Amino acid sequence: MKVELKAIHKYFGPVPANDGVTFSVEPGSLHGLLGENGAGKSTLMKVLSGVLSPDSGEILLDGRPVSFDSPARAVELGVGMLHQDPLDFPPLSVLDNFLLGSPGRWRLDRSGVRHQLLALLAPFDFQFDPDAPVSDLSLGERQQLEIVRLLWLGVRVLILDEPTTVISAQQRAKLFSALRRLTEEGKTVIFVSHKLEEVTSLCNKVTVLSHGKMTGEATMPCPTDRLVQMMFGRSITVRKRSNVDLGGPILEIDHLTVSDWRLEVKDFSLNVSAGEVIGLAGLEGSGQHLVTRVSAGLLRPKAGRIRVAHRDMTGEPYHQFLEAGVIFMPAGRLEEGLIAGMTWTEHVALVERHSPFWIDWPLTARKAARCIREFNIKAKPDTCVEELSGGNQQRTLLALIPPHPRLLLLEHPTRGLDIESTESIWGLLLDWTRSGTAIVFMSSDLDELLDRSDRILVFFGGRVRVLDARQATVEQLGEAIGGQGFK
Amino acid sequence: MEAKASNKGRTGLSFKMTPLLLRIIALLGAVLLSGAALLIIGASPLDAFGLILSGAFGSPSRLAYVMTAWVPVLLCSAGLLVTFAAGLWNIGIEGQVVMGAVFATGVMQCLQPVLPPSAVLILAALAGILGGVLWGISAGALRLYGNVNEIFGGLGLNFIAGSLTVYLILGPWKRPGIGSTSGTLPFPPSLWLPAFKGFHVSPVEVLLGLGAMGLIAALLRGTYLGLQFKAVGKNQRSAFLMGVPIGRRMLLAFALCGGLAGLAGWVLIVGTSARHNLFPLISSGYGFLAILVVLLANLSALWSVPISLFFAALAMGSLQLPLQRQLDSSLGGVIQGMLVLSVLITQGLQSRFFRRGGR
Amino acid sequence: MDLSILLASVLAASPPIVFAILGETITEKAGVINLSLDGSLLLTAMAAFVVALETHSVLAGFAVSMIVGAFIAGIIAFVSLTLYQSQLATGFVLTLLCRDLAYVLGNSYAHVPGPQVPHTPIPGLETLPVIGPILFNQDPVVYLSLMAIVGVWAYMYKTQPGLKLQGLGERPAAAFVRGVNVNAMRYVYTLIGGALVGLGGASFSLLVKPGWARPYGIEGTGWIALAIVIFGGWKPTRAALGAYFFVALQTAVNVLQSALPDVPTQIFATLPFPLMILTLLFVTIGNSEGMNQVLSHLPEEAQRLVRRVFKALQTSPPAALGTIFKKE
Repeated sequence: MKVELKAIHKYFGPVPANDGVTFSVEPGSLHGLLGENGAGKSTLMKVLSGVLSPDSGEILLDGRPVSFDSPARAVELGVGMLHQDPLDFPPLSVLDNFLLGSPGRWRLDRSGVRHQLLALLAPFDFQFDPDAPVSDLSLGERQQLEIVRLLWLGVRVLILDEPTTVISAQQRAKLFSALRRLTEEGKTVIFVSHKLEEVTSLCNKVTVLSHGKMTGEATMPCPTDRLVQMMFGRSITVRKRSNVDLGGPILEIDHLTVSDWRLEVKDFSLNVSAGEVIGLAGLEGSGQHLVTRVSAGLLRPKAGRIRVAHRDMTGEPYHQFLEAGVIFMPAGRLEEGLIAGMTWTEHVALVERHSPFWIDWPLTARKAARCIREFNIKAKPDTCVEELSGGNQQRTLLALIPPHPRLLLLEHPTRGLDIESTESIWGLLLDWTRSGTAIVFMSSDLDELLDRSDRILVFFGGRVRVLDARQATVEQLGEAIGGQGFK
Repeated sequence: MEAKASNKGRTGLSFKMTPLLLRIIALLGAVLLSGAALLIIGASPLDAFGLILSGAFGSPSRLAYVMTAWVPVLLCSAGLLVTFAAGLWNIGIEGQVVMGAVFATGVMQCLQPVLPPSAVLILAALAGILGGVLWGISAGALRLYGNVNEIFGGLGLNFIAGSLTVYLILGPWKRPGIGSTSGTLPFPPSLWLPAFKGFHVSPVEVLLGLGAMGLIAALLRGTYLGLQFKAVGKNQRSAFLMGVPIGRRMLLAFALCGGLAGLAGWVLIVGTSARHNLFPLISSGYGFLAILVVLLANLSALWSVPISLFFAALAMGSLQLPLQRQLDSSLGGVIQGMLVLSVLITQGLQSRFFRRGGR
Repeated sequence: MDLSILLASVLAASPPIVFAILGETITEKAGVINLSLDGSLLLTAMAAFVVALETHSVLAGFAVSMIVGAFIAGIIAFVSLTLYQSQLATGFVLTLLCRDLAYVLGNSYAHVPGPQVPHTPIPGLETLPVIGPILFNQDPVVYLSLMAIVGVWAYMYKTQPGLKLQGLGERPAAAFVRGVNVNAMRYVYTLIGGALVGLGGASFSLLVKPGWARPYGIEGTGWIALAIVIFGGWKPTRAALGAYFFVALQTAVNVLQSALPDVPTQIFATLPFPLMILTLLFVTIGNSEGMNQVLSHLPEEAQRLVRRVFKALQTSPPAALGTIFKKE
């Protein structure tokens, strides 16, 4: 089935997530959609799969214009999407997940469908127990189930949104061979990713998005630097590196092992000095989040030691880390960082470390006003924080940091912000480094990583590579993120 | 679990600023619906409402009963303001009131022959607070360590408190000879709170109630602790990351509310117009009534004061209905419930369909 | 005490609670909490009795109580699904309001004798050994309640719409993607649940506890029903088991009462309730953080045993229970 998107616009507030995107996909092809995080790929595919409706533009399937008012309708017309986090039902069995939502009779014919399911799994060499609950399956297996389900429902265009984020190499290989098989059968596959290496090895043709616009198309094979150029645009970035004298060790991590239910980072070591900026790069869920959280005291390590300013903090509770001057800033500004429903002044009062029993509101309000001015935030002391823009919220989080922090652990500090906010925030952060604060930050913006870090730690599947930010190139960084150079 | 809190920084402000019209419609609607219920059973609404009014305010002794009912509701409302601020549904408040009464009665029975009355009263008050605190913390512990939703933990504790009361009244504390469910042996007037001649309400009670409300309002608005409660109620995760010890704060909220509820239990025993003994269902639904008061007041301490008085008047005034007409005294409850329900509905309509600008 | 008579009386007293918990299980499975159960049961019981008395038709009583139950549930659905207000607050207010309305409106009908559901043994089957007198010597409502358990179970686990119901409360976003109209379905299931609660109320006043009084005597049962739904892990069969367990507890308490005449009756009346809540504790305790911390101090073997016990008892609610679903 041929898919054409014409002049698709989609706005979230004043910012265009998709700004007049036009491209087409030939039937039976494996088409890649490439771009950085935030480029608009997911939004575009949500439009194509019926989850969102475009503000303007057209979608044509086999030359006929269509409009979906729901994802189920899109599936009826032959377009199905595999979400990054598969939308399935963890407590229900594999078979029930497969069945839920399928058209047909009222009565469920489990035994009949079971045969069909097993028959569908076989050619792809997918293997799992139809009666096990989906929560027992790994992410890769859940993807496989969803693909098979969409095929069963007669989907002819399959969209995969960043499917290889957290699946093992073995599952990835299975996935790729399955996709190739599908295109041989005449299905169309759209593969959305920001991993250069995979897109180049898998796809016939690639469309590149950047900042909501389509910046180019290429037929494979194609030299990677051309793709990189289309992804990042090429502006000569002046490396705004200020040379800060590094001080003594702030964070010392020795042979640490930490894990969550999905991933384990083993035998990790890192020394961060005062005034140093460390960038953590890698695809989502490659391990950087574990390192950040264990350094903040939110996770307990299974093995190894952590020292903050020479003090052994291994196994200490979170508030001890706070007392030691380790400040954690989460990515979810309103979900985990700020408290919706409370004003700026109330936040200032709340983070006050050594407060008497009674709050001096006029004094606190004055302090808040001072902070607002100092950090250049568009707000008044009695504004509720949820009314602020993203950039102002981020600056608020920074403004609430107590003076003289030893270590700042930042999850995606400039995600979703415009250039101006990003610049001002980094200005504040660099001021801190000059007074001896160490900074460890996660980011998916390659420019930011290269411009601001002293060292970059690239994570891939729980393993780490170190790059010197002053010498590495964008291509090297991009490829490392994609998995190159890891044994 | 969320309680509908006002969105402004200071609770109470938004109540004045919301469209008055919608509020009035809500209140009128409630009154009309209650009247309709009466018409269905063939009674006259005006007559019934009039009876309630006179039942509440018709004579000084009736007014005294209203105020006697007012104080426990006031104390419980003050406590609930804390738990609601922390995002908790303290359904267990009834049990906390009961345990306060139980502990107070126990202390009074033990110390009555030994100490002078004022000492006994004060110690009983402390015991009442202790009883309520224990019960409140139990509900909190069930939630934190047993992962039992505080609604069911609280309910279970309510039931246990009720059973315990019945056991005590018919067992170890039974009246000499008869042992009936009318309660324990009433305490003599020396153990009642002192009142002015002719008006059977003790200023001690009233001051306690108003004072508690004032203190809680000050706590929630003007202290670091109050701010922490609010933070926990609005976003536990963010509060934790900012360094608020959320588990300890939740337990403290339960303890504070339990203590105030326990004090209410004490008042129910020693208040001048009280029955002066421990009897089953001594909490009389005042705890739940306080929940209604606080919901209607939109978590404002200022509005809780008159609303609790109004609800107490409704409750007491309705007691006349079965005596003078063949009407059930729950009519007061119907009016109370209709009021809160209609305010909930109009609040929802307003925020959903009449998105006002100007924040 | 003859065991079969005991079992028969448990079954005879069970329909109201069975209907109520089936209804609430459906509602909560869809993601909505109907906290008004206690008041709903009272109001629907009164309505059923009054209507049956005035119209001389037991069927009319049942029908009206189902409508009343659905209406009350409908208020909760409207206020939470359309107006985005708190389900708990609305449910709590309604539980008190419905109780008070029941007392006020039913006042003149207290202690009035009225119609009841006739006793209908099934001819032939009732003479079967052992199970005959227990199962088939009952009245139509009991048979209906048994069929309802089977019916709800079959619907939820054997049909496509039932499967969608399960998905609805778990992950509404995923259900939406598969073509389920989340809010409409939540309305429907809340109303159906409310109607079943109404059926339960009618089963009280027209069968198990005929007539009306103030206080009626079933106060507190609605709260227990809510707890049983949790105890039942939001599965109809297990919840029904919990219902029978509770009724058995009440029956056992009555037996205990006659065996211990010295102990006052009121204690026995209130006993089943805290016992039921305590069982709740055992069922949810496995989930908590604090318990994990306590357990970590025990030796490895003991830990594993305790954890296995918890796992077997454990229930966890539909993940999206009480949450609001808004399309992107």
